[in-house]
Amino acid sequence: MNIKVLGSGCVNCQTLEKRTAQAVQLLGLDAHIEKVTDYAAIAAYGVMTTPALVIDERVVLAGRVPKVADLQALLGGTPFTLMEASP
Amino acid sequence: MTLDLHAAPLRQSPWRLWGGLGAAVLAWVVAYRANGPLWQWVVDDLVGVDPNSRWGVALEFFTYDSVKILLLLGGIIFAVTVLRSFMSVERTRSLLGGRREGAGNVAAAGLGVVTPFCSCSAVPGFIGFVAAGVPLGITMSFLIASPMVNEVAIVLLYGLFGWKIAALYVTAGLAVAILAGWVIGRLHLERFVEPFVFENTLRGQPVDLSGPLSWADRFAIGRDEVRTIIRKIWPYLVVGIGIGAAIHGWVPEGFFVRYAGPDNPLAVPVAVGLGIPLYSNAAGILPLVEALHAKGLAMGTVLAFMMSVVALSVPELVLLRRVLKPRLLGVFVGVVGVGILVVGFLFNLIV
Repeated sequence: MNIKVLGSGCVNCQTLEKRTAQAVQLLGLDAHIEKVTDYAAIAAYGVMTTPALVIDERVVLAGRVPKVADLQALLGGTPFTLMEASP
Repeated sequence: MTLDLHAAPLRQSPWRLWGGLGAAVLAWVVAYRANGPLWQWVVDDLVGVDPNSRWGVALEFFTYDSVKILLLLGGIIFAVTVLRSFMSVERTRSLLGGRREGAGNVAAAGLGVVTPFCSCSAVPGFIGFVAAGVPLGITMSFLIASPMVNEVAIVLLYGLFGWKIAALYVTAGLAVAILAGWVIGRLHLERFVEPFVFENTLRGQPVDLSGPLSWADRFAIGRDEVRTIIRKIWPYLVVGIGIGAAIHGWVPEGFFVRYAGPDNPLAVPVAVGLGIPLYSNAAGILPLVEALHAKGLAMGTVLAFMMSVVALSVPELVLLRRVLKPRLLGVFVGVVGVGILVVGFLFNLIV
């Protein structure tokens, strides 16, 4: 599993990264967490509010920092339906 | 189909949800009403300080204002955040796409107020807007209005100066955002935007999280926001109110009329200049400014200072430099700065 945390390094982005790492650890996932701070790269995902979370190249979350439990649900098989609801 | 982030832990009966909200509103109203008499009683009778002495004035200002501002902030941030959860940056962008200048600037400034947007997202937001074809000037109107007409500033102005000044500030802030964006659009400065913004091919689909959130979700978001903001600003608030209290107690009446009254033409530019390096500490600065105003600092000067603190800040300019070339950044500062100066001078004339 390839996880990317998109954000310019603001407090929220750091919190999201920390919580994601916790969730990954709690689930015992074999995942690589990468930080993306380059604005061009962030914008390329179509994200306009940071921080955002990308799992296997799909944006699953933007502009919010969920709790660790919610991140666990997100990482643990909940279908990533957000992307299907494109306008 | 939705990603239900809060559903599991927060599945509450509607009675508990709305009953809880009602109880919270009631407690808030009672606390707000009791705040003044309570501190008067504590300071005058319990501690036994003469209310007309320096310590009496300062203590009452400090205790009363701290609690009042915290209550106002908590209430308004919650309400605004819940309302804003119906909007998203993505929806705003699609509303602004294809708008013409003029009406587009007005719409952008208005949407800047109601869209949930944090200045840390200024750059991705800018790229997202411009890459999607929203004209530069209209994007600028949004980016100027969004931080300037923000809920913390409005709440503090209302709490310290009353609703007339708060309304004046909102009107003036919108006017500056609309006009500054329009001017930047008219100047056709697109070539001074960093080229990668336009080259950007949107790989991902735009994410819209304003989807079917439940009321419980929206309340949870509101609570989180109140906690985050208050945790962030309370030290500034306490220091600012502390200095304000000292000014109330020890600086003589009319002290600033001599130096920074309405007649001094330098007061407004100096206030704007001082405001630029100060960032997002509206919470800390306003109680201080209120005290300065009480001792004779002119209203227009106060508002101009406030606007320059929240709309023009060094950290934000550093961020925007990533997408704007120095020329355009300079124009941005110049146009917004001039707008704020005009607001300051106008208000010094009419208020």
